[in-house]
Amino acid sequence: MDVIPKWADAILIPLISIILAFIISALVILAIGEDPINALQLMVQGTFGNSAGIGFMLFYATNFIFTGLAVAIAFHARLFNIGGEGQAMLGGLGVAFVCLAVPWPHWTIALPFALIGGALFGAGWALIPAWLQAKRGSHIVITTIMFNFIASALLVYLLVEVLKPAGSMDPATPRFPEGAHLPRMSDILGAVGIPFSDAAPVNVSFFIALLACYLFWLLVWRTRLGYEIRAYGQSESAARYAGISPTKIILIAMVISGALAGCMAINNVMAAERLVLNSVEGAGFIGIAVALMGRSHPVGVLLASLLFGFLVQGGAEIDFWTNIPRELIVVVQALVILFTGALDNMVRVPLAKVFLMFRKREA
Amino acid sequence: MSYLKNALGGAAALALMAGAALAEPALMYDLGGKFDKSFNEAAYNGAKRWADETGESYQEIEVTAEAQRVQFATRLAEAGYNPIVVLGFQNAATVEEVAPKYPDTKFAIIDVGWLDIPNLRQITFAEHEGSYLVGMLAAMASESNTVGFIGGMDVPLIRHFACGYAQGAKAVNPDVTVIANMTGTTPAAWNDPVKGGELTKSQISQGADVVYAAAGGTGVGVLQAAADADILSIGVDSNQNHLHPGEVLTSMLKRVDNAVYDVFSAGVDGFEAGVHTMTLANDGVGYALDENNASLITDDMKAAVEDAKAKIIAGDLSVVAYYENDSCPALEF
Repeated sequence: MDVIPKWADAILIPLISIILAFIISALVILAIGEDPINALQLMVQGTFGNSAGIGFMLFYATNFIFTGLAVAIAFHARLFNIGGEGQAMLGGLGVAFVCLAVPWPHWTIALPFALIGGALFGAGWALIPAWLQAKRGSHIVITTIMFNFIASALLVYLLVEVLKPAGSMDPATPRFPEGAHLPRMSDILGAVGIPFSDAAPVNVSFFIALLACYLFWLLVWRTRLGYEIRAYGQSESAARYAGISPTKIILIAMVISGALAGCMAINNVMAAERLVLNSVEGAGFIGIAVALMGRSHPVGVLLASLLFGFLVQGGAEIDFWTNIPRELIVVVQALVILFTGALDNMVRVPLAKVFLMFRKREA
Repeated sequence: MSYLKNALGGAAALALMAGAALAEPALMYDLGGKFDKSFNEAAYNGAKRWADETGESYQEIEVTAEAQRVQFATRLAEAGYNPIVVLGFQNAATVEEVAPKYPDTKFAIIDVGWLDIPNLRQITFAEHEGSYLVGMLAAMASESNTVGFIGGMDVPLIRHFACGYAQGAKAVNPDVTVIANMTGTTPAAWNDPVKGGELTKSQISQGADVVYAAAGGTGVGVLQAAADADILSIGVDSNQNHLHPGEVLTSMLKRVDNAVYDVFSAGVDGFEAGVHTMTLANDGVGYALDENNASLITDDMKAAVEDAKAKIIAGDLSVVAYYENDSCPALEF
């Protein structure tokens, strides 16, 4: 593996994988009799052609950064957290409870409490499977998947029976008070004189997500806890021999993971100003792909989130303007996941040979 | 409408993005998909009927994510489509946000009746009245005195259907047992025919011999399982009698197609804002009677239902709506 330089491992391999995925997608689009060049143009034009498109891309990316980081921290401890979806749903509940609890005077005061609320609920939801894994050996993949369904059922119950305003047909919470409304990107950039479309829902959460990336890096590579998590992930027996408690690491890694997933709710719930039934809509699962593609590194997660944000926004554009069925957009997303995640070695092995050839020549 | 979309080539699409005024109507489907054999498809049928009759074209778009609701509605308004019909109560917040920003664009929303926006037509349906009638038919057709109801997701709208159905069934036979099940707790419940079939089998094993599906695409599985087991089923929204001729007792019609057709036909000039309720009185809801189920509905059954229908229209018989106090007199949830 050492034959591939670090830069190639981090940039070249994902890039080649993405290009391969796009080529196959183009062939599929051709096969149904549509024009792939036109489709790509629409995707790029619809995303980068105006600030609203960029805004939507960043909005989706913000969700994926949080869930991607959530999956990544668990990956470092060799834990496969499939429950990001449910943890984000619970995070939404936490944020909704906080926002509705008091008439917040200003968003700068409401946001930290909402973050704590979302993180606590998300972490709590991850704690139960973590405890079952650490103490009972119940496999985390199975338990977290099942907890997604429990979260969904709990949310339906609470929205239909408890939180819904009387007489409303829509199972959603009432609108959050004015003081809990987050400023959108158009407000933030407008304040410094840069025009930005107010149609896009991207908001101050994007910067929180960037901050989360930095804190993630600090935690994993610059603290003792991060070292312990990585050591446990590399080898449980070695970590145990070094005096690291597996129970502690499983619990802590999963709690951080759940908290990160829960924090996503500031973007999709707090900024939407109310909690609706399917506010998470798969971001928890896309987080898995994002973490895989980003190699569990915050920079990689950020880039992968932007790519998936582009795919969602660009996909919507294709859906809007062409005859290409929306199922095919899902196929394109699936191909990207397939090539960057599952078929990694298909690119890596030939690339290693190429680098080996160059190295021999130099020698 | 593939040929319509074909007409919009890439260049035309880019021109549209720039905001060229078209004054073509547009239709925005709710989550669940255009061909759900029920709610969305009914709207599609109405739009298609309008296009076939007038030879004009319209734009349509399927929402696939929450954030796209506002995005697509804004995009349609920006591109100059007018009027814009938006489907589903989940889009109430969407039009609340978008419609005031485009005061010159006419919006219409289906299944919402509580907003106050001058350029918005709100169309609601008295589903409980239609469900009451099919509930009566179910109880009259049942030999086991047990009738079933299968909903999609457990949301107030579906309880509204179930509540009318149970009231109708109990009006005919106070001893009838009504079994009600919901398909799931995620939006997948609107399109899960396999689960719908399983629930039907479970209700059959509990003695049900008529099953009413109010579950979008899931209902296809309910009707199939009922036909396989040789019991009767009741379709919803669109007329689904033809799916299994002779085995579908009737369908509760919710004329979303008429609502869409009317808005499209009225166009911008004939647009009427305000709340418009589609009831039994104006044929907005009803039960389906055609050659596929003629043998299943006896003259006595028809007479009883027509009598109840006349009474409801005249106001002599009132069907309790679930929304009135979030509870149902005839059914526990």
